[in-house]
Amino acid sequence: MLTFARRAFIVVWKDLLIERRSKETLNALFFFALLLLFVFQFAVGPDRERLAGTLPGLLWLGFILSGLLGLGRTFVAERENDCWEALLLVPGDKSAIYVGKLAGNVLLMLTVAVLLLALFTIFFNIDLAPAIPALAAVVVLGTLGLASVGTLFAAMTASVRARELLFPVLLLPVQVPVLLATVKATEAALAGEPLAAYAHWLQLLAAADVIYLVAGILTFEFVLEP
Amino acid sequence: MTRTLGWLALVGLAAGLLMAFGVAPRELTQGNVQRIMYIHVPAVWVAYLAFLVACGASIAYLLTRRADADQLAHAVVEVGLVFLGLNIASGSIWGKPTWGTWWTWDARITSVSIVFLIYLGYLLLRQSVDEGERAARYGAVVAVIAAPNIFLVHQSVNWWRTLHQPASLLKAGGATMPAILWGGIIVNFVGFGLLAAYFVARRVALLRREAQAAA
Repeated sequence: MLTFARRAFIVVWKDLLIERRSKETLNALFFFALLLLFVFQFAVGPDRERLAGTLPGLLWLGFILSGLLGLGRTFVAERENDCWEALLLVPGDKSAIYVGKLAGNVLLMLTVAVLLLALFTIFFNIDLAPAIPALAAVVVLGTLGLASVGTLFAAMTASVRARELLFPVLLLPVQVPVLLATVKATEAALAGEPLAAYAHWLQLLAAADVIYLVAGILTFEFVLEP
Repeated sequence: MTRTLGWLALVGLAAGLLMAFGVAPRELTQGNVQRIMYIHVPAVWVAYLAFLVACGASIAYLLTRRADADQLAHAVVEVGLVFLGLNIASGSIWGKPTWGTWWTWDARITSVSIVFLIYLGYLLLRQSVDEGERAARYGAVVAVIAAPNIFLVHQSVNWWRTLHQPASLLKAGGATMPAILWGGIIVNFVGFGLLAAYFVARRVALLRREAQAAA
Protein backbone atom coordinates (compact mmCIF):
# COMPACT_ATOMS: atom_id res chain seq x y z
CA MET A 1 0.00 0.00 0.00
CA LEU A 2 2.78 2.37 0.94
CA THR A 3 4.85 1.51 -2.12
CA PHE A 4 1.72 1.86 -4.24
CA ALA A 5 1.17 5.40 -2.93
CA ARG A 6 4.85 6.22 -3.37
CA ARG A 7 4.84 5.01 -6.99
CA ALA A 8 1.71 7.00 -7.74
CA PHE A 9 3.28 10.04 -6.10
CA ILE A 10 6.42 9.72 -8.22
CA VAL A 11 4.30 9.83 -11.39
CA VAL A 12 2.44 12.94 -10.17
CA TRP A 13 5.69 14.57 -9.15
CA LYS A 14 7.30 13.88 -12.52
CA ASP A 15 4.33 15.37 -14.39
CA LEU A 16 4.09 18.40 -12.13
CA LEU A 17 7.80 19.05 -12.53
CA ILE A 18 7.54 18.87 -16.31
CA GLU A 19 4.56 21.19 -16.22
CA ARG A 20 6.27 23.65 -13.87
CA ARG A 21 9.30 23.87 -16.11
CA SER A 22 7.59 23.91 -19.48
CA LYS A 23 4.27 25.54 -18.44
CA GLU A 24 3.04 24.17 -21.72
CA THR A 25 -0.42 22.86 -20.83
CA LEU A 26 -1.56 25.22 -18.08
CA ASN A 27 -0.69 28.42 -19.94
CA ALA A 28 -2.45 27.31 -23.09
CA LEU A 29 -5.48 26.06 -21.15
CA PHE A 30 -5.79 29.33 -19.27
CA PHE A 31 -5.66 31.25 -22.52
CA PHE A 32 -8.21 28.88 -24.04
CA ALA A 33 -10.58 29.37 -21.09
CA LEU A 34 -10.29 33.13 -21.52
CA LEU A 35 -11.16 32.83 -25.20
CA LEU A 36 -14.14 30.64 -24.33
CA LEU A 37 -15.55 33.43 -22.17
CA PHE A 38 -15.54 35.73 -25.17
CA VAL A 39 -17.21 33.11 -27.35
CA PHE A 40 -19.90 32.52 -24.70
CA GLN A 41 -20.50 36.24 -24.43
CA PHE A 42 -21.01 36.45 -28.22
CA ALA A 43 -23.33 33.45 -28.15
CA VAL A 44 -25.54 34.58 -25.28
CA GLY A 45 -25.51 38.32 -25.77
CA PRO A 46 -25.66 41.03 -23.14
CA ASP A 47 -29.06 40.09 -21.67
CA ARG A 48 -28.50 39.53 -17.92
CA GLU A 49 -31.55 37.31 -17.43
CA ARG A 50 -30.61 35.00 -20.24
CA LEU A 51 -27.07 34.85 -18.95
CA ALA A 52 -28.23 33.82 -15.48
CA GLY A 53 -30.25 30.98 -16.98
CA THR A 54 -27.43 29.61 -19.10
CA LEU A 55 -24.57 30.26 -16.70
CA PRO A 56 -24.32 26.76 -15.12
CA GLY A 57 -24.30 25.15 -18.55
CA LEU A 58 -21.69 27.60 -19.84
CA LEU A 59 -19.52 27.07 -16.78
CA TRP A 60 -19.43 23.32 -17.33
CA LEU A 61 -19.05 23.70 -21.06
CA GLY A 62 -15.93 25.68 -20.27
CA PHE A 63 -14.68 23.05 -17.83
CA ILE A 64 -15.31 20.17 -20.18
CA LEU A 65 -13.84 21.82 -23.26
CA SER A 66 -10.65 22.75 -21.45
CA GLY A 67 -10.76 19.33 -19.78
CA LEU A 68 -10.89 17.58 -23.15
CA LEU A 69 -7.81 19.45 -24.31
CA GLY A 70 -5.91 18.93 -21.07
CA LEU A 71 -6.87 15.30 -20.48
CA GLY A 72 -6.17 14.33 -24.07
CA ARG A 73 -2.54 15.31 -23.54
CA THR A 74 -2.03 13.05 -20.51
CA PHE A 75 0.16 10.51 -22.25
CA VAL A 76 1.37 12.55 -25.19
CA ALA A 77 4.72 13.30 -23.55
CA GLU A 78 5.35 9.59 -23.03
CA ARG A 79 4.36 8.78 -26.60
CA GLU A 80 6.32 11.53 -28.29
CA ASN A 81 9.47 11.00 -26.27
CA ASP A 82 9.33 7.21 -26.44
CA CYS A 83 8.99 6.89 -22.68
CA TRP A 84 6.04 4.49 -22.84
CA GLU A 85 8.37 1.54 -22.33
CA ALA A 86 9.88 3.27 -19.32
CA LEU A 87 6.41 3.60 -17.80
CA LEU A 88 5.89 -0.10 -18.45
CA LEU A 89 9.07 -0.90 -16.55
CA VAL A 90 7.64 0.48 -13.32
CA PRO A 91 7.59 -2.56 -11.02
CA GLY A 92 4.47 -3.84 -9.31
CA ASP A 93 0.87 -2.86 -9.85
CA LYS A 94 0.41 -0.79 -13.00
CA SER A 95 -2.65 0.93 -11.58
CA ALA A 96 -0.25 3.07 -9.49
CA ILE A 97 0.60 4.83 -12.77
CA TYR A 98 -3.10 5.36 -13.41
CA VAL A 99 -3.66 6.83 -9.96
CA GLY A 100 -0.63 9.08 -10.39
CA LYS A 101 -1.70 10.31 -13.82
CA LEU A 102 -5.24 10.78 -12.54
CA ALA A 103 -4.07 12.83 -9.56
CA GLY A 104 -2.03 15.03 -11.90
CA ASN A 105 -5.02 15.54 -14.16
CA VAL A 106 -7.32 16.35 -11.25
CA LEU A 107 -4.84 18.95 -9.99
CA LEU A 108 -4.55 20.48 -13.45
CA MET A 109 -8.30 20.59 -14.00
CA LEU A 110 -9.02 21.98 -10.54
CA THR A 111 -6.55 24.78 -11.25
CA VAL A 112 -8.33 25.52 -14.52
CA ALA A 113 -11.68 25.36 -12.72
CA VAL A 114 -10.62 27.91 -10.11
CA LEU A 115 -9.27 30.21 -12.80
CA LEU A 116 -12.40 29.84 -14.88
CA LEU A 117 -14.65 30.55 -11.89
CA ALA A 118 -12.62 33.65 -11.07
CA LEU A 119 -12.90 34.85 -14.67
CA PHE A 120 -16.65 34.21 -14.65
CA THR A 121 -17.18 36.32 -11.53
CA ILE A 122 -15.24 39.18 -13.08
CA PHE A 123 -16.47 39.13 -16.66
CA PHE A 124 -20.09 38.21 -16.04
CA ASN A 125 -20.36 40.14 -12.80
CA ILE A 126 -21.84 37.41 -10.64
CA ASP A 127 -21.50 36.81 -6.92
CA LEU A 128 -20.39 33.25 -6.27
CA ALA A 129 -19.43 33.76 -2.63
CA PRO A 130 -22.57 32.29 -0.95
CA ALA A 131 -22.45 29.20 -3.16
CA ILE A 132 -18.75 28.46 -2.77
CA PRO A 133 -18.93 25.41 -0.44
CA ALA A 134 -21.58 23.74 -2.61
CA LEU A 135 -19.76 24.68 -5.80
CA ALA A 136 -16.51 23.26 -4.42
CA ALA A 137 -18.19 19.91 -3.76
CA VAL A 138 -19.70 19.82 -7.26
CA VAL A 139 -16.45 20.82 -8.93
CA VAL A 140 -14.36 18.26 -7.04
CA LEU A 141 -16.81 15.40 -7.66
CA GLY A 142 -17.34 16.38 -11.29
CA THR A 143 -13.62 16.76 -11.99
CA LEU A 144 -12.92 13.37 -10.47
CA GLY A 145 -15.54 11.71 -12.68
CA LEU A 146 -14.34 13.47 -15.80
CA ALA A 147 -10.67 12.82 -15.12
CA SER A 148 -11.03 9.17 -14.10
CA VAL A 149 -12.52 8.11 -17.42
CA GLY A 150 -10.55 10.77 -19.29
CA THR A 151 -7.20 9.45 -18.04
CA LEU A 152 -8.09 5.91 -19.02
CA PHE A 153 -9.32 6.88 -22.50
CA ALA A 154 -6.35 9.20 -23.01
CA ALA A 155 -4.01 6.25 -22.46
CA MET A 156 -5.95 4.33 -25.11
CA THR A 157 -6.16 7.05 -27.71
CA ALA A 158 -2.56 8.23 -27.24
CA SER A 159 -1.34 5.68 -29.76
CA VAL A 160 -4.30 5.67 -32.10
CA ARG A 161 -4.82 7.33 -35.46
CA ALA A 162 -6.86 10.56 -35.30
CA ARG A 163 -6.24 10.73 -31.57
CA GLU A 164 -7.49 14.32 -31.12
CA LEU A 165 -10.77 13.39 -32.77
CA LEU A 166 -11.36 10.03 -31.19
CA PHE A 167 -10.73 11.11 -27.60
CA PRO A 168 -13.69 13.54 -27.30
CA VAL A 169 -15.93 11.32 -29.42
CA LEU A 170 -15.31 8.48 -27.01
CA LEU A 171 -15.35 10.47 -23.78
CA LEU A 172 -18.30 12.85 -24.23
CA PRO A 173 -21.21 10.37 -24.43
CA VAL A 174 -19.81 8.34 -21.54
CA GLN A 175 -19.65 11.52 -19.46
CA VAL A 176 -23.28 12.54 -19.97
CA PRO A 177 -24.30 11.54 -16.41
CA VAL A 178 -21.47 13.61 -14.94
CA LEU A 179 -22.32 16.57 -17.14
CA LEU A 180 -26.03 16.54 -16.32
CA ALA A 181 -25.40 16.09 -12.61
CA THR A 182 -22.84 18.88 -12.38
CA VAL A 183 -24.90 21.34 -14.42
CA LYS A 184 -28.07 20.64 -12.44
CA ALA A 185 -26.31 20.80 -9.07
CA THR A 186 -24.50 24.01 -10.05
CA GLU A 187 -27.81 25.52 -11.16
CA ALA A 188 -29.41 24.71 -7.81
CA ALA A 189 -26.39 25.88 -5.83
CA LEU A 190 -26.23 29.22 -7.68
CA ALA A 191 -29.97 29.72 -7.15
CA GLY A 192 -29.35 29.35 -3.40
CA GLU A 193 -31.48 26.26 -3.01
CA PRO A 194 -30.95 24.10 0.12
CA LEU A 195 -28.64 21.10 -0.17
CA ALA A 196 -31.59 18.69 0.10
CA ALA A 197 -32.93 19.95 -3.24
CA TYR A 198 -29.95 18.69 -5.19
CA ALA A 199 -28.38 16.07 -2.90
CA HIS A 200 -29.54 13.33 -5.29
CA TRP A 201 -27.34 14.80 -8.02
CA LEU A 202 -24.32 14.77 -5.71
CA GLN A 203 -25.08 11.15 -4.81
CA LEU A 204 -25.24 10.25 -8.49
CA LEU A 205 -21.91 12.01 -9.04
CA ALA A 206 -20.33 10.15 -6.14
CA ALA A 207 -21.67 6.82 -7.43
CA ALA A 208 -20.35 7.58 -10.92
CA ASP A 209 -16.95 8.51 -9.49
CA VAL A 210 -16.71 5.24 -7.59
CA ILE A 211 -17.73 3.15 -10.62
CA TYR A 212 -15.32 4.95 -12.96
CA LEU A 213 -12.45 4.83 -10.48
CA VAL A 214 -12.82 1.12 -9.79
CA ALA A 215 -13.18 0.35 -13.50
CA GLY A 216 -10.14 2.52 -14.29
CA ILE A 217 -7.93 0.91 -11.64
CA LEU A 218 -8.96 -2.59 -12.71
CA THR A 219 -8.60 -2.12 -16.46
CA PHE A 220 -5.63 0.24 -16.75
CA GLU A 221 -3.01 -2.49 -16.95
CA PHE A 222 -4.70 -3.81 -20.11
CA VAL A 223 -4.47 -0.39 -21.71
CA LEU A 224 -0.84 0.16 -20.81
CA GLU A 225 0.52 -2.92 -22.58
CA PRO A 226 2.50 -1.96 -25.67
CA MET B 1 -26.28 -25.16 -36.38
CA THR B 2 -26.19 -21.57 -37.61
CA ARG B 3 -28.59 -22.50 -40.40
CA THR B 4 -31.07 -24.00 -37.93
CA LEU B 5 -30.85 -20.80 -35.90
CA GLY B 6 -31.68 -18.84 -39.02
CA TRP B 7 -34.77 -20.93 -39.74
CA LEU B 8 -35.87 -20.69 -36.13
CA ALA B 9 -35.49 -16.90 -36.32
CA LEU B 10 -37.63 -16.85 -39.47
CA VAL B 11 -40.35 -18.87 -37.72
CA GLY B 12 -40.13 -16.60 -34.66
CA LEU B 13 -40.44 -13.46 -36.77
CA ALA B 14 -43.41 -14.90 -38.66
CA ALA B 15 -45.10 -15.75 -35.37
CA GLY B 16 -44.33 -12.23 -34.15
CA LEU B 17 -45.89 -10.66 -37.24
CA LEU B 18 -48.92 -12.88 -36.82
CA MET B 19 -49.28 -11.77 -33.21
CA ALA B 20 -48.79 -8.10 -34.07
CA PHE B 21 -51.12 -7.93 -37.07
CA GLY B 22 -53.42 -10.92 -36.69
CA VAL B 23 -54.05 -11.73 -33.06
CA ALA B 24 -53.55 -8.39 -31.32
CA PRO B 25 -56.56 -6.07 -31.61
CA ARG B 26 -56.43 -2.54 -32.99
CA GLU B 27 -55.67 -0.13 -30.18
CA LEU B 28 -58.60 2.16 -29.41
CA THR B 29 -57.07 5.64 -29.26
CA GLN B 30 -53.91 5.31 -31.35
CA GLY B 31 -55.19 2.96 -34.01
CA ASN B 32 -52.86 0.86 -36.11
CA VAL B 33 -49.86 3.06 -35.34
CA GLN B 34 -49.69 1.41 -31.95
CA ARG B 35 -48.61 -1.85 -33.62
CA ILE B 36 -45.12 -0.33 -33.97
CA MET B 37 -44.76 -1.19 -30.30
CA TYR B 38 -44.24 -4.85 -31.31
CA ILE B 39 -41.00 -3.83 -33.03
CA HIS B 40 -40.06 -0.91 -30.80
CA VAL B 41 -40.02 -2.61 -27.41
CA PRO B 42 -38.48 -6.01 -28.29
CA ALA B 43 -35.74 -4.24 -30.30
CA VAL B 44 -34.51 -2.26 -27.30
CA TRP B 45 -34.61 -5.34 -25.07
CA VAL B 46 -32.51 -7.29 -27.54
CA ALA B 47 -30.08 -4.39 -27.90
CA TYR B 48 -29.56 -3.97 -24.15
CA LEU B 49 -29.22 -7.72 -23.72
CA ALA B 50 -26.55 -7.59 -26.43
CA PHE B 51 -24.61 -4.89 -24.59
CA LEU B 52 -24.77 -6.93 -21.40
CA VAL B 53 -23.37 -9.93 -23.26
CA ALA B 54 -20.68 -7.67 -24.74
CA CYS B 55 -19.65 -6.63 -21.22
CA GLY B 56 -19.45 -10.24 -20.05
CA ALA B 57 -17.53 -11.36 -23.14
CA SER B 58 -15.14 -8.43 -22.75
CA ILE B 59 -14.39 -9.32 -19.14
CA ALA B 60 -13.81 -12.90 -20.28
CA TYR B 61 -11.46 -11.66 -22.98
CA LEU B 62 -9.42 -9.52 -20.59
CA LEU B 63 -9.06 -12.44 -18.18
CA THR B 64 -8.39 -15.26 -20.66
CA ARG B 65 -7.18 -13.45 -23.84
CA ARG B 66 -9.11 -15.90 -25.94
CA ALA B 67 -9.77 -14.41 -29.38
CA ASP B 68 -13.27 -15.91 -29.62
CA ALA B 69 -14.42 -13.98 -26.53
CA ASP B 70 -13.40 -10.77 -28.27
CA GLN B 71 -15.02 -11.80 -31.54
CA LEU B 72 -18.25 -12.45 -29.65
CA ALA B 73 -18.08 -9.04 -27.95
CA HIS B 74 -17.37 -7.27 -31.24
CA ALA B 75 -20.19 -9.03 -33.09
CA VAL B 76 -22.67 -8.54 -30.28
CA VAL B 77 -22.03 -4.78 -30.12
CA GLU B 78 -22.56 -4.44 -33.87
CA VAL B 79 -25.81 -6.39 -33.78
CA GLY B 80 -26.93 -4.53 -30.64
CA LEU B 81 -26.41 -1.23 -32.46
CA VAL B 82 -28.55 -2.40 -35.37
CA PHE B 83 -31.41 -3.26 -33.02
CA LEU B 84 -31.01 -0.07 -31.01
CA GLY B 85 -31.10 1.86 -34.28
CA LEU B 86 -34.30 0.01 -35.17
CA ASN B 87 -35.73 0.99 -31.78
CA ILE B 88 -34.89 4.67 -32.27
CA ALA B 89 -36.14 4.76 -35.86
CA SER B 90 -39.41 2.97 -35.06
CA GLY B 91 -39.94 5.26 -32.08
CA SER B 92 -39.44 8.26 -34.30
CA ILE B 93 -41.95 6.96 -36.86
CA TRP B 94 -44.43 6.33 -34.05
CA GLY B 95 -43.77 9.74 -32.51
CA LYS B 96 -44.76 11.73 -35.59
CA PRO B 97 -48.48 10.80 -35.64
CA THR B 98 -48.77 10.32 -31.86
CA TRP B 99 -46.75 13.13 -30.30
CA GLY B 100 -46.74 15.25 -33.45
CA THR B 101 -42.96 15.33 -33.79
CA TRP B 102 -40.21 13.12 -35.17
CA TRP B 103 -37.89 13.94 -32.34
CA THR B 104 -38.18 15.39 -28.87
CA TRP B 105 -35.67 15.63 -26.07
CA ASP B 106 -37.65 13.35 -23.86
CA ALA B 107 -35.79 11.40 -21.20
CA ARG B 108 -35.82 7.94 -22.68
CA ILE B 109 -35.24 8.97 -26.29
CA THR B 110 -32.26 10.97 -25.11
CA SER B 111 -30.74 8.27 -22.92
CA VAL B 112 -31.17 5.55 -25.53
CA SER B 113 -29.53 7.79 -28.13
CA ILE B 114 -26.62 8.47 -25.79
CA VAL B 115 -26.13 4.73 -25.30
CA PHE B 116 -26.20 4.41 -29.10
CA LEU B 117 -23.43 7.01 -29.37
CA ILE B 118 -21.33 5.32 -26.67
CA TYR B 119 -21.30 2.02 -28.58
CA LEU B 120 -20.76 3.79 -31.88
CA GLY B 121 -17.62 5.16 -30.22
CA TYR B 122 -16.64 1.58 -29.39
CA LEU B 123 -16.73 0.64 -33.08
CA LEU B 124 -14.92 3.85 -34.09
CA LEU B 125 -12.14 3.10 -31.62
CA ARG B 126 -11.72 -0.45 -32.87
CA GLN B 127 -11.58 0.82 -36.40
CA SER B 128 -8.77 3.26 -35.70
CA VAL B 129 -6.48 0.72 -34.06
CA ASP B 130 -4.45 -1.21 -36.61
CA GLU B 131 -3.32 -4.22 -34.59
CA GLY B 132 -6.15 -6.65 -33.91
CA GLU B 133 -4.95 -7.62 -30.46
CA ARG B 134 -4.75 -4.01 -29.29
CA ALA B 135 -8.15 -3.19 -30.79
CA ALA B 136 -9.56 -6.12 -28.85
CA ARG B 137 -8.05 -4.93 -25.56
CA TYR B 138 -9.17 -1.31 -25.98
CA GLY B 139 -12.63 -2.35 -27.09
CA ALA B 140 -12.98 -4.63 -24.09
CA VAL B 141 -12.08 -1.80 -21.69
CA VAL B 142 -14.70 0.49 -23.26
CA ALA B 143 -17.37 -2.23 -23.19
CA VAL B 144 -16.65 -2.92 -19.50
CA ILE B 145 -17.12 0.75 -18.58
CA ALA B 146 -20.07 1.31 -20.92
CA ALA B 147 -22.37 -1.32 -19.40
CA PRO B 148 -22.63 0.06 -15.83
CA ASN B 149 -22.66 3.52 -17.38
CA ILE B 150 -25.98 2.69 -19.07
CA PHE B 151 -27.65 2.78 -15.65
CA LEU B 152 -26.07 6.12 -14.80
CA VAL B 153 -27.15 7.57 -18.14
CA HIS B 154 -30.74 6.42 -17.68
CA GLN B 155 -30.96 7.65 -14.09
CA SER B 156 -29.47 11.07 -14.81
CA VAL B 157 -31.49 11.72 -17.94
CA ASN B 158 -34.65 10.59 -16.16
CA TRP B 159 -34.14 13.15 -13.43
CA TRP B 160 -33.27 15.71 -16.03
CA ARG B 161 -36.49 15.42 -18.01
CA THR B 162 -39.36 13.08 -18.60
CA LEU B 163 -42.27 13.06 -21.06
CA HIS B 164 -42.29 9.46 -22.31
CA GLN B 165 -45.10 7.41 -20.84
CA PRO B 166 -43.78 5.42 -17.86
CA ALA B 167 -42.75 1.84 -18.59
CA SER B 168 -45.90 -0.23 -19.06
CA LEU B 169 -44.39 -3.67 -18.70
CA LEU B 170 -41.36 -3.70 -16.46
CA LYS B 171 -42.45 -1.95 -13.32
CA ALA B 172 -43.54 -2.66 -9.79
CA GLY B 173 -47.14 -3.73 -9.37
CA GLY B 174 -47.44 -5.64 -12.64
CA ALA B 175 -48.07 -4.62 -16.22
CA THR B 176 -50.76 -2.09 -17.15
CA MET B 177 -51.37 -3.78 -20.47
CA PRO B 178 -53.79 -6.51 -21.50
CA ALA B 179 -52.27 -9.98 -21.81
CA ILE B 180 -52.93 -10.11 -25.55
CA LEU B 181 -50.64 -7.12 -26.25
CA TRP B 182 -48.13 -8.42 -23.74
CA GLY B 183 -48.03 -11.75 -25.55
CA GLY B 184 -47.34 -10.00 -28.85
CA ILE B 185 -44.32 -8.31 -27.37
CA ILE B 186 -42.97 -11.51 -25.85
CA VAL B 187 -43.36 -13.50 -29.08
CA ASN B 188 -41.65 -10.72 -31.02
CA PHE B 189 -38.90 -10.55 -28.41
CA VAL B 190 -38.19 -14.26 -28.87
CA GLY B 191 -38.22 -13.83 -32.65
CA PHE B 192 -35.89 -10.81 -32.53
CA GLY B 193 -33.64 -12.59 -30.05
CA LEU B 194 -33.28 -15.56 -32.40
CA LEU B 195 -32.59 -13.22 -35.30
CA ALA B 196 -29.95 -11.39 -33.28
CA ALA B 197 -28.34 -14.70 -32.28
CA TYR B 198 -28.28 -15.72 -35.94
CA PHE B 199 -26.64 -12.41 -36.95
CA VAL B 200 -24.09 -12.77 -34.15
CA ALA B 201 -23.23 -16.34 -35.16
CA ARG B 202 -22.72 -15.22 -38.77
CA ARG B 203 -20.66 -12.20 -37.75
CA VAL B 204 -18.46 -14.23 -35.38
CA ALA B 205 -17.75 -16.74 -38.17
CA LEU B 206 -16.79 -13.86 -40.46
CA LEU B 207 -14.56 -12.23 -37.84
CA ARG B 208 -12.85 -15.56 -37.24
CA ARG B 209 -12.10 -15.93 -40.96
CA GLU B 210 -10.81 -12.36 -41.09
CA ALA B 211 -8.46 -13.15 -38.21
CA GLN B 212 -7.29 -16.33 -39.94
CA ALA B 213 -6.71 -14.47 -43.18
CA ALA B 214 -4.70 -11.79 -41.40
CA ALA B 215 -2.56 -14.32 -39.53
